[in-house]
Amino acid sequence: MTYLLKPKVAHPSLRRNSLGFTRRDYEGTLSTLCAGCGHDSITAAITEACWSLEMEPQNLVKLSGIGCSSKTTAYFVSGGHGFNSVHGRMPSIATGANAANRNLSYIGVSGDGDTLSIGMGQFCHAIRRNINMLYIIENNGVYGLTKGQFSASADMGSTAKKGEANAQVPIDPVLTALSLGAGFVARSFSGDKAQLVPLIQAGLKHRGFALIDVLSPCVTFNDHEGSTKSYAFSREHYQEVVHTDFVPKMPEITTSYEAGEALSVQMHDGSQVRLRKLEKDYNPTDRSAAYADIQRRLKEREFLTGLLYVEPSPADFHDLNETPASALNAVPYEKLSPGSEGLQKILDRYR
Amino acid sequence: MNPTDTKHPDYYHRVVDCQWACPAHTDVPEYIRLIAQGRFTDAYMVNRESNVFPGILGRVCDRPCEPACRRGRVEEEPVAICRLKRVAADLRDDVDARLPLIPEVRNGKRIACIGAGTASLTVANDLMPLGYEVTIFEAFNKAGGLMRTNIPAFRLPAQVLDEEIAMIVGMGVDLRLGSRVESMRKLLNSKEFDAVFVGSGAPRGKELKLPGRQEAAANVHIGIAWLESVAFDHVDRIGERVLIIGVGNTAMDCCRTSLRLGAKDVKVMARKPRGFFKASDWELKDAEEEHVQIVINHSPKAFVVENGKLVGMTFERMEYGLDGGRITAERSLGETFIPCDDVILAIGQENAFPWIERDLGIEFDKWEVPSVDPVTFQSTREGVFFGGDAAFGPKNIIWAVEHGHQAAISIHKYCQGESVQERLPNGMKLSSRKMGMHEWSYHNDYNPAERRLMPHVDLKERFRKLNIEVELGFTPEQAVAEVQRCLNCDIQTVFEAKLCIECDACLDICPVDCLTITPNGEEADLRTRLKAPTLNTAQPLFVSEALKQTGRVMVKDEDLCVHCGLCAERCPTAAWDMQKGTVELRHAVDQQPAAQLPRRATGSGGQ
Repeated sequence: MTYLLKPKVAHPSLRRNSLGFTRRDYEGTLSTLCAGCGHDSITAAITEACWSLEMEPQNLVKLSGIGCSSKTTAYFVSGGHGFNSVHGRMPSIATGANAANRNLSYIGVSGDGDTLSIGMGQFCHAIRRNINMLYIIENNGVYGLTKGQFSASADMGSTAKKGEANAQVPIDPVLTALSLGAGFVARSFSGDKAQLVPLIQAGLKHRGFALIDVLSPCVTFNDHEGSTKSYAFSREHYQEVVHTDFVPKMPEITTSYEAGEALSVQMHDGSQVRLRKLEKDYNPTDRSAAYADIQRRLKEREFLTGLLYVEPSPADFHDLNETPASALNAVPYEKLSPGSEGLQKILDRYR
Repeated sequence: MNPTDTKHPDYYHRVVDCQWACPAHTDVPEYIRLIAQGRFTDAYMVNRESNVFPGILGRVCDRPCEPACRRGRVEEEPVAICRLKRVAADLRDDVDARLPLIPEVRNGKRIACIGAGTASLTVANDLMPLGYEVTIFEAFNKAGGLMRTNIPAFRLPAQVLDEEIAMIVGMGVDLRLGSRVESMRKLLNSKEFDAVFVGSGAPRGKELKLPGRQEAAANVHIGIAWLESVAFDHVDRIGERVLIIGVGNTAMDCCRTSLRLGAKDVKVMARKPRGFFKASDWELKDAEEEHVQIVINHSPKAFVVENGKLVGMTFERMEYGLDGGRITAERSLGETFIPCDDVILAIGQENAFPWIERDLGIEFDKWEVPSVDPVTFQSTREGVFFGGDAAFGPKNIIWAVEHGHQAAISIHKYCQGESVQERLPNGMKLSSRKMGMHEWSYHNDYNPAERRLMPHVDLKERFRKLNIEVELGFTPEQAVAEVQRCLNCDIQTVFEAKLCIECDACLDICPVDCLTITPNGEEADLRTRLKAPTLNTAQPLFVSEALKQTGRVMVKDEDLCVHCGLCAERCPTAAWDMQKGTVELRHAVDQQPAAQLPRRATGSGGQ
């Protein structure tokens, strides 16, 4: 953390997007996390992705729960809407907000504790409901805010700062999401922005629930030898199997790939995600094959990263619930409110 | 690229653009910080160590530091370095007790300096504390050289000159005024001196040989000679309409002096368009503020004389073909006549040595310029040294100071029977500025203030007398604001590759995106992979050793770093540190074992 504010001065070549904003305009308040925290790098990646998606700040909703990770929504896009919810209950807020206004972009930032311990139930049901949101887990394997106890994502045998080893089986959010039917499942590492930024762009453009589990080392409590979520261990054991390039929607897409080299996935708004398979045998469109590969490699202590599974157009929350096509605040009051007579009719149906 | 050798004393020195650009390598950020702390006397002494004449230079230096200032690359205007120097000089206390001590017992070596200008005075300043007996011969009745004769009093008050010259003469220099040296042979043959330093300047103004020059002689003046006559009160008026030929800094002094001697309509005649003028921008601006008209594209053809008196000049009107700031073609558009009463020629000056006999072993080239070694300043005759404008032609005051420093080293070595070639190289001392988690012993918060404007005396009031100083100097409020614009470039970002865990924290926080972690490569290739594109290839890249985890390297583009220290604050492993780099300049005194120098008694408030 820093006491000084990041000065407004910038490199003269800093580019502006079509809205006239520079990347710096998508920053938030200054981080108060520990110096060197992986979360800050993820914040920088979100900032970069929002800038290059030319997102209007007022159309972004930032949601979080409790924990170090959940502080980070304050550190990007000051102009967006923010909601810092009860511990583990961010998906409920996301669901409500999403139901009320489907025209906004939703980004939820959570941690391994907020998601996989106290918020596990909420997390699972948000996936089942296929809420249209990007859900980022800043996963460091410890409860940093309470001084470094193992979290539910801590690997077997990984040691705490004082040497004691974890004996419980970890919950893997990627496998969990795959088994619950999520349509966009990715894993990345805070130290690899070349991979992370296009994943965030694609996740924000995915229609339905998009999960990115980001390994984000806790520099204070989980960056020692013996930790399986340190910078050094992550670098040694993470294996990019699919590289994602995000191609925004343009009148005419001019870039082209050699046939067979990349798999092109059309997103709901017309933009494209291009997947380059770095491992020939990996198949990001086959759910059960992906599940098996990830699980097998986890046993070998290899974290597969990239967009591990994608299903371009599943039915999302709005399709499932037949919600109106516009945000509720744009629906005329007479249609929104059934009136006392209407209400009476509804109640009568349940008598 | 190979890892950057930051142990080389020049690497971090170059990062301090102002100090690197200053011929005398004045420690600019250090004295600006001292001013910020209100320690004006300390700031003055830091200046004096390298540039010897802070009060003078704070008014009239050609300030090579300011175009170099990094602030000018981050924003439009550089820090007003020069005028802050004046703040230190104006507000300082008495410094007598802090001047170098002079040994009571001299070392028996006698040095002659010819001309009491900047270079000779610097030689005396450096050699007197080592026990030398220095004699300065000066043709005029006052010391100061071109600083006194060519810079008008409305830019440099006599009192400021007198004070700073007195600090040196007061060391016990044998200053012989009104003693023009007529013959080098006589001086050398007298065997009175162990070494001779020629600091006689470039006292001869260039002539413009055009039709009518002879006939118009009474009203055509050579710029530097005319300024000299004004300085010594031999001239106190000029015609109403004056033409100045040439657009250098001397021309600016001539036109502004003319206005103070009764001229009403002053035109500076330039042969070329703007952008090709030799005068500094700020001097042009000051002249134009006084309603001097600068007429471009006029090439002088003839002086026009009627009834034995100058009535004007004819010029050829020129047109130029320009290509990217260079003249590629020129064409005459015909002649024009401009009436005037007086003409002042300010088209350059040269050094002249009619008093040095050519058979003394002191070689001159075909342009009559002496052959001087650019490092040692020794001529082709051992024991005879040149410096200032006398050595390589007209430069400026701050160059003359540096020549004096270097010549003094050579003279000392020569007199001690040592090789003048073997000189101590500069050093670089680094010390951390970290005081706590988020505390540095320097003010690292970037201040977005704009450059302060120098207040001037009212336009009417300033012409009342010749010696009313036009610039009033910064007010304390202005100085307080201006010092905060300095980026503290001497507080270096020092990187230790083996501590880095590649967490990207520094890259993410850097406001100007000057850091990148990337696989190594050749410089041209690396420059294409930086987080922010290279704008200025003249500025070096710092490249670390291979990082532990991935073998990539940390690259820093020094160009736009604002030295805010956020990289170091955000670094979890202290791989980045902010360290004050002090360039250890080697003057004559540093070539002498410290034990042989006089010491001040304890408690006397020495340096």
